[in-house]
Amino acid sequence: MSVLVNKDTRLLVQGLGRFGHFHADKSIAYGTNVVAAVHPSKAGQTAIFEGETDHSGVPNRADHYKEEVPIFATVKEAVAKTNANATVIFVPPPFAADAIMEAVEAEIPLIITITEGIPIMDMVKVKRYMEGKSSRLVGPNCPGVITPHECRIGIMPGYIHKAGKIGVVSRSGTLTYEAVFQLTNNGLGQTTAIGIGGDPVNGTNFIDCLTMFNDDPETKGVIMIGEIGGSAEEEAAEWIKTNMTKPVAAFIAGTTAPKGKRMGHAGAIISGGKGTAADKIAALESAGVVVAQTPSDMGDAMLEAIKKS
Amino acid sequence: MKIHEFQAKELMKQKGIAVPLGKLATTVEEAVAAVKPLIEASGNKVVVVKSQIHAGGRGKGRFKEYPELGGVNVVLDGLKGGIEAAEAKVKELASKMLGSTLVTIQTGPEGKQVNKLYIEQGIDIAKELYLSIVLDRIQSRNTVMASTEGGTEIEIVAEESPEKILRETIDPAIGLASFQANRLALGLGLSGEALKSGKKFLLTLSNAAAALDTDLVEINPLVVTKQGQVMALDGKMSFDDNALFRHKDIAAMRDISEEDPAEVKAGEYGLNFIKLDGSIGCLVNGAGLAMATMDTIKHVGGEPANFLDVGGGATTENVTAAFKIITEDPNVKGIFVNIFGGIMQCDVIAEGVVTAVKEVGLDVPLVVRLEGTNVKAGRKIIDESGLKVVSAVDMKDGAQKIVELAK
Repeated sequence: MSVLVNKDTRLLVQGLGRFGHFHADKSIAYGTNVVAAVHPSKAGQTAIFEGETDHSGVPNRADHYKEEVPIFATVKEAVAKTNANATVIFVPPPFAADAIMEAVEAEIPLIITITEGIPIMDMVKVKRYMEGKSSRLVGPNCPGVITPHECRIGIMPGYIHKAGKIGVVSRSGTLTYEAVFQLTNNGLGQTTAIGIGGDPVNGTNFIDCLTMFNDDPETKGVIMIGEIGGSAEEEAAEWIKTNMTKPVAAFIAGTTAPKGKRMGHAGAIISGGKGTAADKIAALESAGVVVAQTPSDMGDAMLEAIKKS
Repeated sequence: MKIHEFQAKELMKQKGIAVPLGKLATTVEEAVAAVKPLIEASGNKVVVVKSQIHAGGRGKGRFKEYPELGGVNVVLDGLKGGIEAAEAKVKELASKMLGSTLVTIQTGPEGKQVNKLYIEQGIDIAKELYLSIVLDRIQSRNTVMASTEGGTEIEIVAEESPEKILRETIDPAIGLASFQANRLALGLGLSGEALKSGKKFLLTLSNAAAALDTDLVEINPLVVTKQGQVMALDGKMSFDDNALFRHKDIAAMRDISEEDPAEVKAGEYGLNFIKLDGSIGCLVNGAGLAMATMDTIKHVGGEPANFLDVGGGATTENVTAAFKIITEDPNVKGIFVNIFGGIMQCDVIAEGVVTAVKEVGLDVPLVVRLEGTNVKAGRKIIDESGLKVVSAVDMKDGAQKIVELAK
């Protein structure tokens, strides 16, 4: 079991530039079922993906793959022709919000947006547009979602993952890889790893992911990785206190971050004295979460949280 | 991106928002020349001389060179002595302020050099209020915050009397609704002419915030004049960097002299760099990992010299530039390269580090931790380079090693 994506996921790719093509190819090499792409000026053509199979992904496949993926002019047409049930967006920032809304309008259940640098007001409008609609948005500015050996959507290195029993949710891409790699090495493995992204306005949040992991019978514990800025971690801590039945470990980045400076991610900023790492760590610890002192201790923190539970 | 007060007011004026008359001056002569036209146009014999720097707390700030002198000065001399007396006082103030270093609560002890002054008409103030528009991250919408406690820092109001802060969330599909503007204006105690003027001010400003992609608009104080007009006496605006592509006029307002030179240089190479005070230079991929690397250095007893995220699309050239920026900091006693390759490939980083060291030399210890995409190729490049590099198995190990070596 897993959450959000699995072997039945039928993926659409929006944005087939060099970057999008490269990572769509990695997903296919991993064994993800990529069924369609959308690109207005290449509609009617097929995108060809060919290479060596990534055997860390879906098991029992030939060493070589060659896939011809049809390209459509619109998302609606792509969905009608291929039954895609998830989409990944690599569209450049000025056009990404429109790409998300197009996917929402086509009622794609899961929209994963990798694009970094979407204007905040565009995302404010996207969130307004999504009210009352059925789609779930993950991201933007995130590494994507992966269920090991079943489905890779996004830009993460596939080989560090291993199917197992821990759910991972994170605002940071590279710190997700740190957590995943430690879980692979200590044998716990992952059910699903979700990057929710580093922007101040995003789709899926910590509580959404904690809820899904709490309800997923295969997930036996969760690692959540937060950072300075906003109050999503504090809200998650409140939710954990009253609802979470499974052990949670965490890491919060930015203990040494200076106030008022944006630390790379658009959302990683301590403003008006709010959103400090210390506040977040205190909130999580008061909810019984084991907070790792350094990212290298995340795997151990998970083991400790399981032991305590 | 931050801009100066005079630029924020120019933008507000363009949008039809009431601001006092004012003129920018970069020399004493320009400051003096601004006085007469201002007094004549406004009919008010008071002028104000305001330091223009990218930091708040200017009024309460003091100059290093003139400890008695504040960053914002109200010139009353014109009331008795007429225009000439006002000019003489502005001349005296401008010659002291220009080129001197203003220290405020936000500049840090080193302060900031004042190179620009804004000379503004005096205003007969009946009431001082507070107004800001910021993103409410929980609601994913802009929110107007207003308070009767003008002139006071909003954090202090929030702490001491949170009930005095009024809030209205802006629906992006509608904009601030009239009834919301009305509720805010009534809550601020406005009536008569001021109520009308205040509502218009609120509606215009909230539309401008959305149209200009502001990150923050803060007007403190917002004033009601004795004539009943609501006006922005101060104006602070910053913008969403990611939206500047559609605001070329605002992007052109950037004042690089207000920014750290190393940060500006890093920006040219697409690097996220923030200068800090410690001695361990860090070169990392990914914002979260870069922050966590700083935290880990601190955790094992060191102090980070910088935050540096080379980003996912970095080339060998970018990495070389990053390495040079770090080594140019004389405080740096050791460098920690910490890479978990996802999009970023380890061999690209390794290539960049090797190139940089060959170009600029290396006088301090270097610890490298590589993991992730193309890790084997990356390690091979480092091993075969002949450089004196200490390898680390994970990030904590790397942090411990570099802190030890840099002692």
